[in-house]
Amino acid sequence: MRLRIAKKETAGGWRAAAIRIISVLVALLFSGLIMAAMGFDPIAAYLAIAKGSFGSARGLINTVTVAIPLLIVALGLSISFSMRFWNIGGEGQMVMGAIFATYAAHQLPETTPAVLYWVTMALAAMIGGGLYALIPGLFRAYSGTNETLFTLMLNYVAIKVAVFLRLVLWKDPAAKGFPQIKAIPEAAHLPKIFGVHIGWIIALVVTVFVAIYLKYTKRGYETRVVGESERTAHYAGINVRRVLVGGVALSGAIVGLAGFAKLSGVSHVLSESIGGGNGFSAVIVAWLAQLNAPVMILIALLFAAMEQGAMGMELALKIPVSVSDVIKGLILFSALASEFFISYHVVIEKGPRALLRQYRRSGRKELQADTPEGEDQA
Amino acid sequence: MRIRKILTLALAMMLVLGLVAGCAQSSATTTAAAGETTTAAAAETTTAAAAPAEKIKVGVIYISPKNDGGWSQAHADGFAAAVAAVGADKIDLKEIENVNDADAQQTETALNQLVADGCQIVFATSFGYMETTAKVASENPDVKFEHCSGYMSADNFANYFAQIEQPRFLAGIVAGRMTKSNTIGYVAAMQIPEVYRGINAFTLGVRSVNPDAVVKVTWTNTWFNPQLEKEAAISLIDSGADVLAQHQDSTAVQQAAQEKGVFGIGYDNPMYSEAIKDAYLTAPVFKWGAYYEQRLAAMLDSSWTTGAYWGGMNDGVVALDTMTALVPADVQTEVNALVDTMKAKGNDFVFAGPINDNTGAERVAAGSSLSADDQFAMDWFVEGVVEAK
Repeated sequence: MRLRIAKKETAGGWRAAAIRIISVLVALLFSGLIMAAMGFDPIAAYLAIAKGSFGSARGLINTVTVAIPLLIVALGLSISFSMRFWNIGGEGQMVMGAIFATYAAHQLPETTPAVLYWVTMALAAMIGGGLYALIPGLFRAYSGTNETLFTLMLNYVAIKVAVFLRLVLWKDPAAKGFPQIKAIPEAAHLPKIFGVHIGWIIALVVTVFVAIYLKYTKRGYETRVVGESERTAHYAGINVRRVLVGGVALSGAIVGLAGFAKLSGVSHVLSESIGGGNGFSAVIVAWLAQLNAPVMILIALLFAAMEQGAMGMELALKIPVSVSDVIKGLILFSALASEFFISYHVVIEKGPRALLRQYRRSGRKELQADTPEGEDQA
Repeated sequence: MRIRKILTLALAMMLVLGLVAGCAQSSATTTAAAGETTTAAAAETTTAAAAPAEKIKVGVIYISPKNDGGWSQAHADGFAAAVAAVGADKIDLKEIENVNDADAQQTETALNQLVADGCQIVFATSFGYMETTAKVASENPDVKFEHCSGYMSADNFANYFAQIEQPRFLAGIVAGRMTKSNTIGYVAAMQIPEVYRGINAFTLGVRSVNPDAVVKVTWTNTWFNPQLEKEAAISLIDSGADVLAQHQDSTAVQQAAQEKGVFGIGYDNPMYSEAIKDAYLTAPVFKWGAYYEQRLAAMLDSSWTTGAYWGGMNDGVVALDTMTALVPADVQTEVNALVDTMKAKGNDFVFAGPINDNTGAERVAAGSSLSADDQFAMDWFVEGVVEAK
């Protein structure tokens, strides 16, 4: 017996959906086994996750709050990804956005009306994130630099810039020697609607924008063509460099907006941890959603629920929160595996021995050597 | 393709429905919070008073895993001891680990989760939780909050810390006696007064017995990151340190000391284990049980009030861990002989003048001690401290 991997011609809708759902179930099954091996009841654990994340008003508010920056970053990154520009720099772009927004907030006079605060900070954050993404974008467009490493490394640069600002340049003298940046003024805080800061409205608006931009605009179409093949795009008369640079800047600007939403909505104080790992988790969110903007809402909420539910799980059953990281990892792993099974299938081919056995059983005297292997099975 | 679209649409619809339902629910609670919850809460308190068997829910958030062998474990052990002391049947302990104290969003959601779970008092056990805890405390006036190692407080928000400087000074004596290279490495977390205080107290201890020794400090900018802590420790050893001390929450520095064949002085919690048996000398440790027992007892008889607690060796909340056999008997005797003085005089003894800073300027005159306010705002080094480049 021999296994062969063959590319499928089409990935059928139902089949693909079924494979994806099965993959998540398999991940949950394995996580359950791990939890059982640790001596915890997996069913109770999953119920605790569901209850902790969606089971109460507070849980739901927390889940949505966690999902907001994650979703915005994923949406921003998806524009880069649809051009096959591997932007792993979401964390840094988000931090830069927050840095610019903080700067803007402290430049405005204290009497500035709230709306003006939000607009200025949001614009500043978009400029910050956009400019920061532009650096690897320009390098990639004009000298073919590998953007994966470039954007990844720029994360650490942005984080260190924030550390520098906190320790030296923007150290708040009123903080009794504690090195921290002055909080943004009260008027700059985002208000809450339905218990969650209005970043959720920003996130939904951005979702609609990205969905329309990528699917229905000329620039979005060009973006996708560049993603399919830069050469094709070039022959079709698309200015590849302009599309690439513009797309990356837009991508970074949206990610920067997430920095504003988190700063203004929750943190109120800039610190190097404002990214909170969203830049990395969002890569997974964007890909699991197949770069489909509305689906990203769902995936971001699921990831947020997992994080939030993990706390509920620890509270109810004293299971360490790190177990949720294991589950997240397994889901990602299964999701990647499911993409493989959607695009390829495994063919079991008959090896020479099996053919020989078949030949003996059939009682025939001659071995038909010219029969292609396993043709009747494929 | 079409089916996938339908599926997407269906999922999106479900989501929107979920959101609407959730929002309706949450707005209902918010309105209720205006008036009805107060009465509900009041009713709950009365039933609690009527039936003392009702358990008090106590929430705790930790920056690292409870079994980190350091900071969080010292708190977790303290709570376990306190719960055992006041009666395990009276307290329902709700703990969340690994809450990043530099991520306000994570801190806030964790605190809110504990409040939603019905905790009557919540302890936030890392410096970085301070402002978020203050915010959540102001939003939940019926819940009591306590924050470790900060300076903010309110009617329902107390802060507490312990004078770890006292055992640190004693540990400094051990280090000063044990070093041969006269270079002692110190892996330090954040550039905040708490850490400066610790380094200075330790160095004053070192120099009280060995005026030639220097304490070399490396910053990691993290409380808990075993790998970074270890790298910092190794770089200090490479630059000549033969005794290491730490203001970090894991045992990584001790492991580095063991691997490189130098001595180590731990922090937070008794760190001795077989894995570091050739390195570990002792550690300044917290005994939070003594404080938590008072606070939980106060919750049980409704006598809890806000405040700012700063206990020392005399109160039993800090101590020097039992010195291991690696510390010669005469050094052990020397250190133990100081314990009573330390208990009697506390930080006045640790920071007694004359003290010069490491630029040579006099900070404390002979005959006086550094004031508590100056200790709280400390951002300078005493003579003998060198920052590693």
